[in-house]
Amino acid sequence: MSLSVQLLWLIPALPLLAAVVGTLAPRGEFKLSASTAIAALTLSFLLSCGALITALADPSAHLTSNFTWFDLGHGAVRLGWLLDPLTALMCVMVTFVGLLIFVFSTGYMRDDANAKQFFCFLSLFAAAMLGLIIANSLLLLFVCWELVGLASYLLIGFWFHKPEAAAAAKKAFITTRIGDLGLLLGLLWLYDSTGTLLLYDEGQGVLDPVVLAGLGGSTAIGLLIFCGAVGKSGQFPLHVWLPDAMEGPTPVSALIHAATMVAAGVFLMARVFPLLTPDALIVIAFTGAITALLGALIACAQSDLKRILAFSTVSQLGYMMLAIGVGSWVAAIFHLLTHAFFKALLFLGAGSVIHAAHHEQDIRALGGLRGPMKTTFVTFAIGMMALAGVPFLFSGFWSKEAVLHAAHGWGFSQIPFYAGLVAVVLTAFYMTRLVAEVFFGHPRGNGAAHAHENTAAMTLPLGLLAACTILLGAIGTPWWPWLQRTLDPEFLSEPGGAGLMATSIVLVALGLGAGWALYGRKLRQKSAAADPLAVIAPRAFAFLAARMKFDKLYAATFGRLSDTLAACADALDRHVWDGVVRLLARLGRFTGLVNREADEEGLNAGFDATSESIRATAKAYSRAHTGDAHGYLLMIAFGFVVLVFAVLVGGGR
Amino acid sequence: MSALPFTIYVSFTGALLALAVGARSAARARLVALSTAVAGLAITLVAGAGFTPQAGLHTLVDLPWIAEAGIRYHLAADGISLTLVVLTGLAATAGVLFSWNIEERAGEFFALYLALIGGVYGVFLSADAFTLFAFYEIAIVPKYFLIAIWGSTNREHGAMKLVLYSFAGSALVLAGLLWVHAAGAATGFGLGELIAAAARVSPGEQIAMFALVFLGFAVLAGLFPFHTWAPTGHVAAPTAASMLLAGVVMKLGAYGCLRVALPLFPEGFAFWQPTIAWLAVAGILYAGFIALVQDDFKFVIGYSSVSHMGFVLLGLAAGNPPAVAGAVLQMFSHGVIAGLLFAVVGRMVYERTHTRRLADLRALPLHRALPFAALVFVIAGLASMGLPGFSGFPAELAILIGTWKTSPAWALGAGAGVVLAAAFTLRAIQVAFFGTTDKSAAQPAAASLPCEPITLPERAGAMLLVAATVYVGLNPDALLDWITPALQSPVMQAALKGGVS
Repeated sequence: MSLSVQLLWLIPALPLLAAVVGTLAPRGEFKLSASTAIAALTLSFLLSCGALITALADPSAHLTSNFTWFDLGHGAVRLGWLLDPLTALMCVMVTFVGLLIFVFSTGYMRDDANAKQFFCFLSLFAAAMLGLIIANSLLLLFVCWELVGLASYLLIGFWFHKPEAAAAAKKAFITTRIGDLGLLLGLLWLYDSTGTLLLYDEGQGVLDPVVLAGLGGSTAIGLLIFCGAVGKSGQFPLHVWLPDAMEGPTPVSALIHAATMVAAGVFLMARVFPLLTPDALIVIAFTGAITALLGALIACAQSDLKRILAFSTVSQLGYMMLAIGVGSWVAAIFHLLTHAFFKALLFLGAGSVIHAAHHEQDIRALGGLRGPMKTTFVTFAIGMMALAGVPFLFSGFWSKEAVLHAAHGWGFSQIPFYAGLVAVVLTAFYMTRLVAEVFFGHPRGNGAAHAHENTAAMTLPLGLLAACTILLGAIGTPWWPWLQRTLDPEFLSEPGGAGLMATSIVLVALGLGAGWALYGRKLRQKSAAADPLAVIAPRAFAFLAARMKFDKLYAATFGRLSDTLAACADALDRHVWDGVVRLLARLGRFTGLVNREADEEGLNAGFDATSESIRATAKAYSRAHTGDAHGYLLMIAFGFVVLVFAVLVGGGR
Repeated sequence: MSALPFTIYVSFTGALLALAVGARSAARARLVALSTAVAGLAITLVAGAGFTPQAGLHTLVDLPWIAEAGIRYHLAADGISLTLVVLTGLAATAGVLFSWNIEERAGEFFALYLALIGGVYGVFLSADAFTLFAFYEIAIVPKYFLIAIWGSTNREHGAMKLVLYSFAGSALVLAGLLWVHAAGAATGFGLGELIAAAARVSPGEQIAMFALVFLGFAVLAGLFPFHTWAPTGHVAAPTAASMLLAGVVMKLGAYGCLRVALPLFPEGFAFWQPTIAWLAVAGILYAGFIALVQDDFKFVIGYSSVSHMGFVLLGLAAGNPPAVAGAVLQMFSHGVIAGLLFAVVGRMVYERTHTRRLADLRALPLHRALPFAALVFVIAGLASMGLPGFSGFPAELAILIGTWKTSPAWALGAGAGVVLAAAFTLRAIQVAFFGTTDKSAAQPAAASLPCEPITLPERAGAMLLVAATVYVGLNPDALLDWITPALQSPVMQAALKGGVS
């Protein structure tokens, strides 16, 4: 059954609906919330398969369905869906892996008081991720990108009563948002240059050849978009949030911080690959190479089960980015797909171990779990071999081979290729260390001693993922590069590569052998015993264990800068701006006082004197008014005489 | 549409009525206030439903007032004023719902409150500069009494500072208007007449006049560095007043800039444009940094308000249709979201815990004691961070799209503000509501925390505002369809053309 592009929105809409239903469900309705979430994602999975059938009918076509979101007067902002093999394969992968993780979570989160809410957030996350994949508009992609960030914030901080979890959630959100700022600016620039953010739009989208040619290749736009991918996909130098994000419940780590969300950045770069100029690709390739090497190095010295896996994710994402940079986005997507399965498998395996061992996740305190947890051990071992790149049987080998092959063929520089080879050895080494410490030897802690295999809700997904981990390699071998040809109809499988394959097999063997020599031959006896590597090179080990001190460096630079700026702004506001206002107020008061004094001394004195003299005159007059009639008559008579006298004198003239 | 002036009359009548019945019963005063506010909202919504978007102002009332000076009582509306009167209706209704617990001198409280609302409606509907100015002054006076009588921390200081800033601003506006009236030999104070008069003055004079009028209005919009009245005023004000202050009163300033300063003096605007834009960007970042380190919960929100109003001013300064449309949308969005934030902090939290210090709130298990308040604050916080799905996202996006056209550097600065907004909002959410980390310690504290449950009016008010921000967030065209045609009018076109550098 095929699914038309017009109905593609149903794929993210169903989990979104499940999230709404879960939110509205009364508190404690864990079953309702979980079953709605699983049912919705199952339907989405079926629809995704339908979409894949549609897409495979003509792999070179980009089916779209666009509409206007809002109108700014000068040009509308349009959104849309896009259906091509890349979208369809990603949808199938996300819904399938997501579904298994949802099922696993019903076992893992059974006893959590807020399990209902947990499934809402999971559904919200799935909806946002699927929306991001089907977007035919970079704006819609950005919208979903932000919602993915939000869902991951809610899920990392799900156990917010742990201070580390709350801090990790905040760190993840803010760090990725720094990258998002670059992405946003890139989109603004692109929109300003082309007037659209649609990817394909009947010849008018940004990825359509006409517009691409008009754009003339802008390295800056590509690099700004890459900033978003650096944040979300945990690339150097914004990788610091990813290992901390392991504070969330383990299914979250599996779903978000290993299998799907972190792949969003790689997906984005694959999606906008035609936009990237050769200069931008160089930056991407080197960033990827650094990340691959750095993640693998740090992973060698971690002792937290989930953190080792987290840094291996960082390293693998580096591989994918490296593949994009050297020009083979197809290899990147191949590795993305296989990695999603085996990393989900490894994380769920880790979850199974942690759940059984009463939330003990320090590998030094585990040990000997091979016996009591057979299913977990076997499936984890399959995942480990896929990640380490054990040849032929495991999908990880083929996809990693594709990446290395592409890197080898890159004309600009061979440095990323060699970085990739070194990381191959390191990956095999630290994964051997992990398996030897956790599953071999004897239990070194209370949790591990009482561990037993989990229920079917948890082991069944492990089995399915293990099967996929093995089978998936078949779709992209050099003899039958089906995936590559489907994604990119112009893909040409280059001959040769047997020598390269032999080299990497030797390197994997080297890594496995070194790991086993250090950790497997002489198994750890006590949890407090020093790490063999720490004995050999204590300073290097401590440096790596402290994650190369990136967090300290950022705290000392950006953290302090932000604190200083904030303190300065606060002081400026309190003392300077407000001070000016207070000064003005004081000036007003002072003027008032001066005026009052002037009134008293100057004006008032004058007025007082005047009124005093008026009073004196009045007093003199009032003294004259004696009320004595005789006196008045006397005065009248006197006046009369004076008048007569005056008339006589005057008239006489 | 023609019923819009009744929003003003209904509000003033309601004010008198509330004063009359309030002497005997606080409950009746509340009912009067609520029905008045709802009536105002209903009028605006009905007018909005029947509104055909058009370029230019649609005259509602035009009567001679002071004939000797050519002053007319001229009310008119376009999509911009319509957006803002709908916002006023929403904020007024929600504000009454969040003042439901006012018992002390309730009649006077609601009388002043409604008088303020009436003045605000008047400003948004005026098409005569003098009428606008008169309503502007009417809106300022009740604010003083609302804060000085019913306020909290340092209320007299806050009230006086706010009123002095407002009056200083309006003095500048008045001086500018009288100057252009005299220098351009205007026949009256109608906006059209003043625009004609301003066209007759020299460019140098325009630059000076624009500075007076724009600065006068922008003070009320929280332009950096004339913003310091805003945080202190917000903190001192009672909940409903801080909701109105952030929700609509700050919009008066921005609206004055857009309606009066820009159209009157396009050349002055072109001269001052970069200065305004950089001040706006500085305000966004500066207030964001301050919000990051405040210990008073209300100060965090107060400074976040200044930061978000920086986006409005930046949109105006960018001076092209997408940016200005975004600025108007942001006025609406910020009005709703800031109202929501202040409601949670002032009414739901402070009046129950009697503390706004984050250090104290951290010790309280608020997410457990007040789950609804926590939920609303998280939603409002996400909206405030500009996450998609809420009205802030399309608004800030439109502003950034437009700003990029004028100057990518401004867009970069403002974009950094978005990261800051995430940082200070998440900090506030986590410290205030999810600060208690010890499960065992939380239980007895929750029991001893004397929290009355969230009341029905509070729930209703919160739902109203959340619905508004989500609706506009998902369907920004609901407002943009009103706003964008209004920017096509010749008057606006002339102003915005001058604005493209």
